[in-house]
Amino acid sequence: MSQDLVAPPADAPAVRPARRKLVANAGPADKVYRGVARGGGSLVLVLMALVGTFLAYRAWEALSQAGLSFITTEQWNPDGGGFGIAAVIVGTVLIAIVSVVVAVPLAMGTALYISEYAPRWLKRTMIAMVDLMAAVPSVVFGLWGAFFLQWKIIDLSRWIADWFGWIPIFKVGGVERHDPLATMTAYTSSTFIAGVVVALMVAPIACSVMREAFGLAPMGEREGAYALGATRWGMIRSVVLPFGRGAVVGGTMLGLGRALGETIAVVMIISPRFEIQPRVLEHGTSSVSSLIALRYGEASPFGISALMAAGVALFVLTLLVNFVAAFVVSRSRSGAMSEA
Amino acid sequence: MQTVRQTVSQAEPATLPLPEPGTVVPQRPTGPSAQRRRRIGGVRRTDLYAIAGAIAAGSATTGVLWTQLGPFTGLLGYVIVTWLVTVVCYAALVSLDESRAAMRDRISAFVVHSLAAVLVTALVFVIFYTFSRGWRAMVHLNFYTQDLRTTLATDPLTKGGVLHSITGTLIELGIALGIAVPLGLVAAIYLHEVPGRFSRFVRTVVEAMTALPDIIAGLFIYATLILIFHLGPSGFAAAVALAVTILPIIIRTADVVLRLVPGSLKEASLALGASRWRTTWHVLLPTARSGLATAVILGAARAIGETAPVLLTAGVTGYQNLDPMHGSMMSLPLLAFTQVQSPEKNEIARGFGTASVLLILVLLLFIVARVIGGRGPGELTARGRRARAAASRRDERRMAERRATPAVFAPLPVPSQEETGP
Repeated sequence: MSQDLVAPPADAPAVRPARRKLVANAGPADKVYRGVARGGGSLVLVLMALVGTFLAYRAWEALSQAGLSFITTEQWNPDGGGFGIAAVIVGTVLIAIVSVVVAVPLAMGTALYISEYAPRWLKRTMIAMVDLMAAVPSVVFGLWGAFFLQWKIIDLSRWIADWFGWIPIFKVGGVERHDPLATMTAYTSSTFIAGVVVALMVAPIACSVMREAFGLAPMGEREGAYALGATRWGMIRSVVLPFGRGAVVGGTMLGLGRALGETIAVVMIISPRFEIQPRVLEHGTSSVSSLIALRYGEASPFGISALMAAGVALFVLTLLVNFVAAFVVSRSRSGAMSEA
Repeated sequence: MQTVRQTVSQAEPATLPLPEPGTVVPQRPTGPSAQRRRRIGGVRRTDLYAIAGAIAAGSATTGVLWTQLGPFTGLLGYVIVTWLVTVVCYAALVSLDESRAAMRDRISAFVVHSLAAVLVTALVFVIFYTFSRGWRAMVHLNFYTQDLRTTLATDPLTKGGVLHSITGTLIELGIALGIAVPLGLVAAIYLHEVPGRFSRFVRTVVEAMTALPDIIAGLFIYATLILIFHLGPSGFAAAVALAVTILPIIIRTADVVLRLVPGSLKEASLALGASRWRTTWHVLLPTARSGLATAVILGAARAIGETAPVLLTAGVTGYQNLDPMHGSMMSLPLLAFTQVQSPEKNEIARGFGTASVLLILVLLLFIVARVIGGRGPGELTARGRRARAAASRRDERRMAERRATPAVFAPLPVPSQEETGP
């Protein structure tokens, strides 16, 4: 025993044991298992790649013909005249922005309420309700928006347009300010109404992302803030919100991605209009997905290509938003495990 | 305490007689004390007065604005302006007798509470509104037993129903889940169990695909199955479109759930000599079962409510069609969408009724998901715990019996001290 412990002479070359090769000897069952799993993964990859390449290929036909005018043209007449996504992309982005502006305060307030203020018995119910809200079909929200909210919210639209019409985006064309006889239809089917309905659909999604991050804020830091004399809001501002900042941004982006792609609720509310229309309270707007839903039926093969090009543009936009969201969430502190 | 006393007594056994060990109870003053117990939580009366006063001031001020001064109209604007004025009044009231920090705390609590109330009220109201408008159609039994083959938009509500779209929805959902669930679960297991560069790539692609707007999945199926392969609008095409929509969602959710399984469980199984697929089959999947069920059910709830892919691929019909390969097949969201486009009152009522039936299906799926998936991996119900305890007792009894019958089984050699020592 003791001989092993004697140090080798200093001039002797250091003898290293040969590195052993580690081979995991998987049995035949394991090989089959891995093969099946890898096959499933590859199949999914092939399927997704098929969708992507097919869309890109068909969209290319339209894109190569339209060239750069695809981005700048406002009208949509693939079989005669020009076609482009300038109007529909602007409409899509505006609806999404309105919905995010409405949804983020709601989602953040609800997430803070659930994680910080709600009594324990209410917490589970609230979580279940918010999750349920994310599962309610969009056609139900569309029905509610088109038959109820639209007629209740136009008063608010008119009020905003009357008092804040000097801000360009709140202007409504074709109506006089404070005109009691003005027809209310100038305010229906607007970007604003569609955005509010979509906001109710994306708020629960953003809310559940934020709630999970807020709930993970370390207990030690919360108690530290209280011990230093912070009020509850002081604790939230100095501990919970900085901890969940990544999730707030990530949840917002996730909601934005969902809002960009929303179809049916938007189709049921807006009336299509193919020009760049930045006035959010005014009648008529358009979005990429509603364009596809309305035009696919009568489209020629080339028209389908053009619709696919619009769809690919929307997909690229959503993809960018989602990757930014994933990046922000993974870089933030709440994305990793907390050290406390 | 115990260890200290022992060391001391070993060092000086005779010279230091130790007192009897025990707990010293501090003397508490008896009788009525000068201090009163302070309340550190709860609601004070001042807070209630401040809130009530602020709300009264807010609504009254806005009422004057709305009825006397400006050309303000509309309930929604009234509520919003009332809320803003209330916040300002409340801030002023609280700042009369509290510090600035406390004032900010009160205001933010008020804002957070009202935001949460708005979101929950909106949800309850959306559901309630759909049911209340659809009630007129839903009370008639024929709504569930007939289809719409001979029903006109102007017909009374006692004629025609949504049976064809209930069956259509269920058939499309079944096929979509039949495609997406096995594929999604195998892919999720692959992402989790066979790490490497390729699986990282697959994960990135799947995450990218969750960004695919649902209408584009429908457009893809429309352009391939219907325009190129001439399948025609059918339930199968719609089901494939739905499967493409929910596949990335199922994979992603299942991947997250599998990551929650404790690594020590898997390592224990592998260390006991189980092969990889046995570990997956007997450890990974049972542990994550409730979470996987939730992933599938939430995918199903998504698929059942999707209108956009179905709109492009399923076609519109009033006939009952049970064959997914041939002919149009109606589904609930699409039917609701088409019915409410009509100007007829009865048809709109039918549309709301259809949406209510759809909502009931989603609610059912959601409740099932909560019942199955409300627990984390490894967490058991009371019944599961009892079953586990009973199995454990059975094992103990079996081992005791085995020890008691040395004639049949040779007793295991008791390991000696040298073998177990380090």
